[in-house]
Amino acid sequence: MQYMLLIYADPQREPKYGTPEHEAMMSSYFAANRQMKADGVLVAGEALKSIDTATSLRLNRGKVETMDGPFAETREHLGGYYVIEVPDLDAALRYAALIPTAAYGTVEVRPLMTFNPAGN
Amino acid sequence: MMQAASGAVAATRALEGLMRNDRGRLMAALIARLGNFQLAEEALQDAMLSAVGHWGRNGVPAAPLGWLLQTAYRKAIDRLRQSKSEGRKVDALRLLTAETREDDANDIPDERLRLIFTCCHPALEPKSQVALTLRTICGLSTHDIAAVFLDAEPTMGQRLSRARAKITAAGIPYSVPEPQDWAERLQAVLAVIYLVFTSGYAGTAENRKNLAAEAIFLARLLDSLRPADPEIEGCLALLLITHARHDAREDHTGAAVPLPAQDRSRWDRALIAEGLGLLDRAMNRRLPGPYQIKAAIAACHIGENGSDWPQIVLLYDSLLRFEPTPVVRLHRAVALAEAGRPDTALALIMPLQAELGAYQPFHAALAELLARSGRKAEALAAYERAIALATNEADIGFLKARAQAVRE
Repeated sequence: MQYMLLIYADPQREPKYGTPEHEAMMSSYFAANRQMKADGVLVAGEALKSIDTATSLRLNRGKVETMDGPFAETREHLGGYYVIEVPDLDAALRYAALIPTAAYGTVEVRPLMTFNPAGN
Repeated sequence: MMQAASGAVAATRALEGLMRNDRGRLMAALIARLGNFQLAEEALQDAMLSAVGHWGRNGVPAAPLGWLLQTAYRKAIDRLRQSKSEGRKVDALRLLTAETREDDANDIPDERLRLIFTCCHPALEPKSQVALTLRTICGLSTHDIAAVFLDAEPTMGQRLSRARAKITAAGIPYSVPEPQDWAERLQAVLAVIYLVFTSGYAGTAENRKNLAAEAIFLARLLDSLRPADPEIEGCLALLLITHARHDAREDHTGAAVPLPAQDRSRWDRALIAEGLGLLDRAMNRRLPGPYQIKAAIAACHIGENGSDWPQIVLLYDSLLRFEPTPVVRLHRAVALAEAGRPDTALALIMPLQAELGAYQPFHAALAELLARSGRKAEALAAYERAIALATNEADIGFLKARAQAVRE
């Protein structure tokens, strides 16, 4: 099964760039990446730029409405994701636990429907 | 005509007995073959309907479990074939071409350990874990489970369907956890069993006894499926030692009787002996865990000379290392007060207000300690809050009597 690991974090609680905590977090991310690649489960994964760069869009009776910022007014924002291919939820949860943001944010584990609109 | 009617009655009786004792085993075997929880549930319902007709006409077969399993399996394939979804038709083909085992004998493989771990998977809501375990392993009806939670039956039915659908859709494995996950996942299973046990205490006496029996059944089943696990033994010991005092917990008016005042001749000696034996065996394995400690605490309460409070305080210290929760801190403080240090206990309990403000036993314990140190007005206010939060008549009666004693 394919799962998306959606990484949510509160920017206020995230380690600041340049601090030793930030460095530790990055090396944990590299270690997680290496592990997922070595185990052959990594399908895709990216970090997202900060929510200041987000633009949300809705169609209201066919008319495009564009808004600054993310759609949901929550403290935790989507900051990145992985897509992994593993046999079951237990395996997916084990990889999710490798993501360092889980220590101060939330990792949501969702199975993909896998109808592959990109056709690749 | 008469014969047909009595045949149907006999068939229904046989079926009821089977469902009571072997429903969990059937479901476990069926899910193992179908790989789909909801489909297994529906197929077993179909097979039971079919059994009433067939068994009524032809008599109960020699191997009724094997008959039900085979029939349910065929019904599942029928359901998949009739489905509009191509994916489900492919599933039907896969099942049809799969090796067909003969299940004429009644010794179908026991897959219940896998089933228990699936029902108690932490990806399901705790309430759904309990409901699914009672429905699937214990074979309780949706109606009875709804009554446990004081829910409407359709609401509980929907909860069960959602949980089964999530197991399939989210890929919750139908398997015993990997060794690295075992300890943690076992604690989740034991928590469900203990919740079944305590759920009864919120309801009627009848309800309580039934659920305690279901919890003991589950713990015994787990112990037989995975022998020599000290935490499983500890959990079973805890349930047995606690349940042994069941009949002495209430007086003839239904009011709760505190432990020191209980009539010990009404304790079930056989259950206590079995519980203590299990606890000894568990502790000799030298792998301490929270359920063994809780069982040891229960054992410390039933000694010949009453509760051994200093020992209980030490056991709560150990328990805090496994479960650093405010509830365990509360229990430790109460033990400390009983061991002769009420002032320290009161100082430890006060700060728990923030976390335990909605927890009835917190206010009851606080009231008791305030009363003992002569702070009458505060004690009465705490009793009021405890009474407002109490959910059963026995607790309310006990708390009202305590408050009255303080007033006088």
